Amino acid sequence: MFAGNSPEVFGYLVLWGLIATAAMDAILEASQGLGYSRMSLPFLFGAFFTADRRWATILGFFVYLIGGWLFAFLYFILFASVNIYTWWFGALAGAVHGMFLLVAALPLLPFIHPRMASEYHGATKRRQLEPPGFLAMNYGYATPLSTLLGQIVYGGTLGTLVQLHRAALGQ
Amino acid sequence: MRDITAETGFPGIEQSRPPTAAAAEIGDYAMIGDCRTAALVSREGSIDWLCLPHFSAPSIFARLLDPGAGHFSIRPREPFRATRRYLGDTAVLETRFETTNGVVLVRDALVVLDGLSPMRPMRELIRTVEGCIGNVELMVEIVPKPNYGRTLARLRRHKDIGWAFSWRDEILMLRSEHLLRSNAASLGGTIHCVPGSLYRFSLSHTKGEIAVIPPLGADAQARLDETLAWWKRWSSHCRYDGAYRDVVIRSAITLKQLTYAISGALVAAATTSIPEAVGHDNTWDYRYCWLRDAGLTAHAFVDLGFIGDAAAYLGWLLHATHLTWPRLRVMYDIYGRQSLREERLAHLAGYRDSRPVRIGNKASIQLQLDIYGHVILAAERFAAAGGRFGLAEARMLYGLGKTVCDDWRQADNGIWEIRGSRRQYTFSKLMCWVALDRLLKLHEQGRISAGSLEARFRAERGEIANVIETRGFNPELQTYTSELDGSQLDATLLLMSSLGYRRPDDARFVRTVDLIMERLSRNGLIYRYEPGYDGRRTIEASFGICTFWAVEVFAAQGKIAAAEKLFAHALSCANDVGLLGEEIGVDDRSVTGNFPQAFTHVGVINAALALDRAKQMES
Repeated sequence: MFAGNSPEVFGYLVLWGLIATAAMDAILEASQGLGYSRMSLPFLFGAFFTADRRWATILGFFVYLIGGWLFAFLYFILFASVNIYTWWFGALAGAVHGMFLLVAALPLLPFIHPRMASEYHGATKRRQLEPPGFLAMNYGYATPLSTLLGQIVYGGTLGTLVQLHRAALGQ
Repeated sequence: MRDITAETGFPGIEQSRPPTAAAAEIGDYAMIGDCRTAALVSREGSIDWLCLPHFSAPSIFARLLDPGAGHFSIRPREPFRATRRYLGDTAVLETRFETTNGVVLVRDALVVLDGLSPMRPMRELIRTVEGCIGNVELMVEIVPKPNYGRTLARLRRHKDIGWAFSWRDEILMLRSEHLLRSNAASLGGTIHCVPGSLYRFSLSHTKGEIAVIPPLGADAQARLDETLAWWKRWSSHCRYDGAYRDVVIRSAITLKQLTYAISGALVAAATTSIPEAVGHDNTWDYRYCWLRDAGLTAHAFVDLGFIGDAAAYLGWLLHATHLTWPRLRVMYDIYGRQSLREERLAHLAGYRDSRPVRIGNKASIQLQLDIYGHVILAAERFAAAGGRFGLAEARMLYGLGKTVCDDWRQADNGIWEIRGSRRQYTFSKLMCWVALDRLLKLHEQGRISAGSLEARFRAERGEIANVIETRGFNPELQTYTSELDGSQLDATLLLMSSLGYRRPDDARFVRTVDLIMERLSRNGLIYRYEPGYDGRRTIEASFGICTFWAVEVFAAQGKIAAAEKLFAHALSCANDVGLLGEEIGVDDRSVTGNFPQAFTHVGVINAALALDRAKQMES
């Protein structure tokens, strides 16, 4: 499956994953800062572990970063499995990933997140976070767009870096 | 309206106004706050002013400025009389509605957030309704109109979670233990209250973040209790225990409510565009921080024992002014930003049809030389309470002193921000003198080192005093005057003794005080300057703090009976919950101007402290 890829590429993936995660995070944070969306994935992840807002944000940021790295490996496995190492394929994978997040993963949160309220059970002392709703639009109508854009940029950045690496090696 | 305190045991006024969509008179409002923003609650149980998430952010409820600009009302459906009070030394308001059928209590609080630890909404307003006697039918109306009524909120019901008003990146969640009905972008309902019934409403606001939905029931009660406990804890640090404790602590709580906890800034008032006289266009936005308030506010905080608040305030002063240093601007916003572009909101009718409604404030570009003295005075008060300056702060203070030396000869707009051409105000010179005098005092105490600037500070201080004594003093009147070579008087001259420029019994000062009382005092209240001095045709009301300055002067001069009489008279102009505005009508003693006004409440505290000191000296 990994034929034609040097072992160093896995070392580079750590760096590429970091860059792609930073690019995606920049888009999501900018959309939040500019008032397009109220969603903060790091905060949502962090709140899984603690009810302390400060620690939820800090912890969530690191979980998000590690998640970004791990997904970089998954994306690379995908590139290798179909032997397509291009920016557009990365962007396409990001788009599919983003759609999955919006239509499947986020709507599932009220059932699995220990601190998220649900439309059916209301808010309790423990479950107080606002649920995302369909396409996470409870967090603002532009949330699906910014999420999708962030994921596309993530996949596109990874694809671009892999493509450049292979071009440099003459592959 | 009549005072019914004796009948009910509650300080309050009978409410006989029929139900109406218009706002109440400004003096009818009580303020609740969480040290981040503040809401004004009318005697009729309507929240007619609330800006979120902070004081100078756009309003959610602004019926104060336009009948259609949003409100949150809970009031009996039938005629009632309302009495109210704050619950002890807190900012939690209790309104008691009495109808022919019974009695209910409505409690209002903005929940105080103390730290980041708990998962809490950004801001939360809790209103509780408790049935006491009989059966009372209450009408509930929640009509948010974001962005001063310019933006339409989208209303959605999220099943068990509650109602959500959303717009842009903001969300207002309304949770209630009573079923409400939606009507377009508003909610309403009727509550039948019987003894023992208790209904809670939680209105929480979040901007730019995932909302936290606060639970109701015992949890809401716990948040209300925590807020009560927080205010009581804060108030317990007040070390004043004199004859005027109640008014002093209420004024201190009002100042604390107007303090933005996140930066330490103190806004001048909670409102914008309440005119100095109904129907006139002198409508300014006071939801910003004026440096002129600095010295006297720090004085009040320090003398009451709120050293932490004084330190936070000074920290904000030095931080906010960092970007413009060594020059100061007249005002800054709560974060220290200076760009306060003035805008007129033509779609709002204005308070009692007083147009225009303004947001932002153009006075921010004026030149006021007195502010250097106020800031340095604040630093000196902080140091007197044991505060220390780092090298950076000390450097900032010298820099301000150097600017004073360079600029004090200039004409300016003065403390009253009179628009139009600049003048040579005596008070501006006096505050420049104060700036250099206090810097030299700090130098002599070893708290800062003026170094090579000491000689210049001394020389310029002498020169300023010389100018005040020659050109700021009118030999014909035998008094100091509002501006150099002038013949009119200004109430700021009353501060000459408390600022340490003249002794209270100094002949020139005594004669100045006498003439101020003759020319500027009417019905026991004091104007800030003579009518027409500002070039406007409007005859304004007396300026709140000026009467309290006169109390301080009388106390310092040993005229204790006169001081007490004047103080009692001025305090009688406060509303039923002890709040004062910027100005007081000399004929009807009505509250006018932006409300409640921090500067006026600073005056109350400092006058009470001066009176107590004078009494102690006498005894």
